[in-house]
Amino acid sequence: MDGLKPRIADAMHRQSQPTVTVLSTLLAVQDELGFIPKEAVEEVAAFTGSTINDVWAVASFYPNFRFEPPCLHQVEVCWGASCHLVGAMPVIEAALQASGLETEGDTPDGRLTLRYNTCLGACSQAPVMAIDHHLIGRATPESAKSRIADLLAEQNG
Amino acid sequence: MASFEEIAAESQQRWEELTAGGQPWIRIGTALCGKAAGCDDVIEAIEAALQQNGVAAQVSQVGCLGLCFAEPLVDVQLPGGPRVFYGSVTPETAAEIVANHVAGGAPLAHLALGYLAAGGSDGTVNSALDGIPDLNQHPMRVVENRVVLRNAGTIDPEDIHQYIANDGYHALNQALTEMSPEEVLEQVNTSGLRGRGGAAFSTGTKWRFLAGSNAPQKYILCNCEEGDPGAFNDKAILESDPQTLVEGIILAGYATGTSHAYIFIRHGHDGPIDRARAAIVQAQEMGFLGENILDSGFSFHLEVALTGDSYVAGEESAMMEAIEGKRAMPRFRPPFPAQVGLFGKPSNINNVKTLAYVPQIISRGGEWFAGIGHDQSTGTVILCLTGDLKYTGMIEVPLGINLKDVLYEAAGGVPDGKALKLVQTGGPLGGVLGAGNIDILLDFEILRSAGAILGSGGIIAANEDNCVVDLTRSLIAFCQYESCGKCFPCRMGMSHLLEVLERICRLEGVPEDLDLMRKVGQDMQAGSLCGHGQLGFNPVASALRYFGEEFDTHILDRRCPTEVCSVPRFSPVASRR
Ligand SMILES: Cc1cc2nc3c(=O)[nH]c(=O)nc-3n(C[C@H](O)[C@H](O)[C@H](O)COP(=O)(O)O)c2cc1C
Ligand code: SF4
Ligand code: FES
Ligand code: FES
Repeated sequence: MDGLKPRIADAMHRQSQPTVTVLSTLLAVQDELGFIPKEAVEEVAAFTGSTINDVWAVASFYPNFRFEPPCLHQVEVCWGASCHLVGAMPVIEAALQASGLETEGDTPDGRLTLRYNTCLGACSQAPVMAIDHHLIGRATPESAKSRIADLLAEQNG
Repeated sequence: MASFEEIAAESQQRWEELTAGGQPWIRIGTALCGKAAGCDDVIEAIEAALQQNGVAAQVSQVGCLGLCFAEPLVDVQLPGGPRVFYGSVTPETAAEIVANHVAGGAPLAHLALGYLAAGGSDGTVNSALDGIPDLNQHPMRVVENRVVLRNAGTIDPEDIHQYIANDGYHALNQALTEMSPEEVLEQVNTSGLRGRGGAAFSTGTKWRFLAGSNAPQKYILCNCEEGDPGAFNDKAILESDPQTLVEGIILAGYATGTSHAYIFIRHGHDGPIDRARAAIVQAQEMGFLGENILDSGFSFHLEVALTGDSYVAGEESAMMEAIEGKRAMPRFRPPFPAQVGLFGKPSNINNVKTLAYVPQIISRGGEWFAGIGHDQSTGTVILCLTGDLKYTGMIEVPLGINLKDVLYEAAGGVPDGKALKLVQTGGPLGGVLGAGNIDILLDFEILRSAGAILGSGGIIAANEDNCVVDLTRSLIAFCQYESCGKCFPCRMGMSHLLEVLERICRLEGVPEDLDLMRKVGQDMQAGSLCGHGQLGFNPVASALRYFGEEFDTHILDRRCPTEVCSVPRFSPVASRR
């Protein structure tokens, strides 16, 4: 993991808001790297004047933090009530099938992470999914399948 | 620094240039609903078509007009004319609109959703257009009384001048030059404004707690966590008219003698976050934030604080923990936030909508606000209409409106000739109402006594094909996943409820299960530290109250009447704890 340290330091220092905390610093690091590597926990602790324990406590609490390098693409499917009622479950089922996954997680080839989201905020366009943070409304099992197939078929990602 | 009068005059001049200057003005809805509907592709197509046709136009990305079902929504205003709206625009129709309407001056009646007189509902221009209906006659808009949403979908949220030209910051100027903090507080008291974040507590009373403390450092915290599935109005306000919130927060600071504030948003919702940050920078540049605002001697500082994924982070004391950078776990009370809050200092927490009402309350007076609404529920309510409805979106209506009218008139009823089965209100800690129980007025007390709550304004409709047991299971799966784990009645209770509901869904429930759930619910209510556990049984309680028979069919007849149970269900692998 050479080369991460300068990026971690940079992300920590680049925070422009006046209130800098363990959580804000972890969010900044994850925005930069896509994950929280082990050395980042130590760096964040030193930077914020807290203990490694404190930092782990926060990082492990919020499920948006991940501790492995990110996959090439991130697919999120909403399972919130508005989406649930108009067909989110078949969309999730199709997304799982297309990615060859049984539940949320990473594909073994590191191409794609599939996550369930509690609400993507576009409930009036339900069911909603997002690919690499790009929202897609009125998703169907077919559209989910073909979009994921496209991601998996990409050359060199 | 320019005086307020100079700033306002400049803003007015810019606005006239935009609406009646030489160029057409094209506005595109780019809130989360617009993004999900594909507005980015439409913007690209519009830019390309403008080039191709060799016409110059002003193109603005606006927020949410409320007619989310019709996104991507684009409107064209020729200089001095009305706005003509086009719904469900595709890159292809966008090119057509640019060629014919923007370049050719001829609105496309067959594609248009409606027109709005320029300047909003009280606009000066009101030219009826051939074959194009008045958008204010649309079922979703006829019922509206827009206070907070008066500018949503109309102004560019990233241009403070457009807000000022539409009476923005006049309330702040008035308060700082003509009113004492106590007078501002008194107007809020008179308005009867109650918190729109769920508990509906009197805002004036809460502000008075904070104003009563003479601690040198105090905080105003604006809650935009908004984790409720089915609610997006807080985010929509930030995306559509962030300055109205910023102005409301500054007024709250002035009224309570507070100099620092935070807007609390979940990371990842980039639209609302970016627009909130841009709004703060612009307000600083104008001298509405910072030291000695408008030469009044009052200083105020505002920043955005982000949280990670956590529903409970929206609970007020958990929110303070998160802003301090810790796990979003609620605190024991007392002491209450007004005594010991953020960083140990006296604090006041309000929802986005609550604070966004304040500028209009100051401009138009507390009496005016108190005159809207019903009984102890004054003012308007911003509803997010989702699920099985013809018109999904966001409307602002007077409190006291009949829920049935909202569903059948404003939202156009249930599509595809299906019947309404139930509505779920107030988020995952709210409840469900059967289709036979919706003839009630939207009022905080009335809804609560019906076993549902108004909460943050989410109203989710489900048609006859949906299974109430399955929906309840889904809501409890959410509550279980989101339990912060600090206290065991909630942590264990949610898991227990989920286990039982899953069993009933598998048609393996036993008759004792219903009483078992009630018992667990009682323990959760009595023994939980925060509202999550205390209210978390609501969805089950209300479902049992209105749909007891359907539970019985699952348990006694081992049959799901809607056959939803044969469809595979997914929820997160494990709770976070
Ligand atoms: C689990 C839980 C989640 C909550 N989430 C929110 C939220 O997302 N937004 C919000 O304004 N209030 C939320 N609340 C209510 C807040 O605790 C608080 O009452 C509210 O922000 C006060 O603002 P108001 O007086 O303007 O309503 C939540 C409460 C609980 C128990
Ligand atoms: S009631 Fe639930 S969410 Fe609230 S503190 Fe206890 S465990 Fe956490
Ligand atoms: S519930 Fe799915 S986007 Fe909100
Ligand atoms: S309970 Fe599973 S669908 Fe009825």
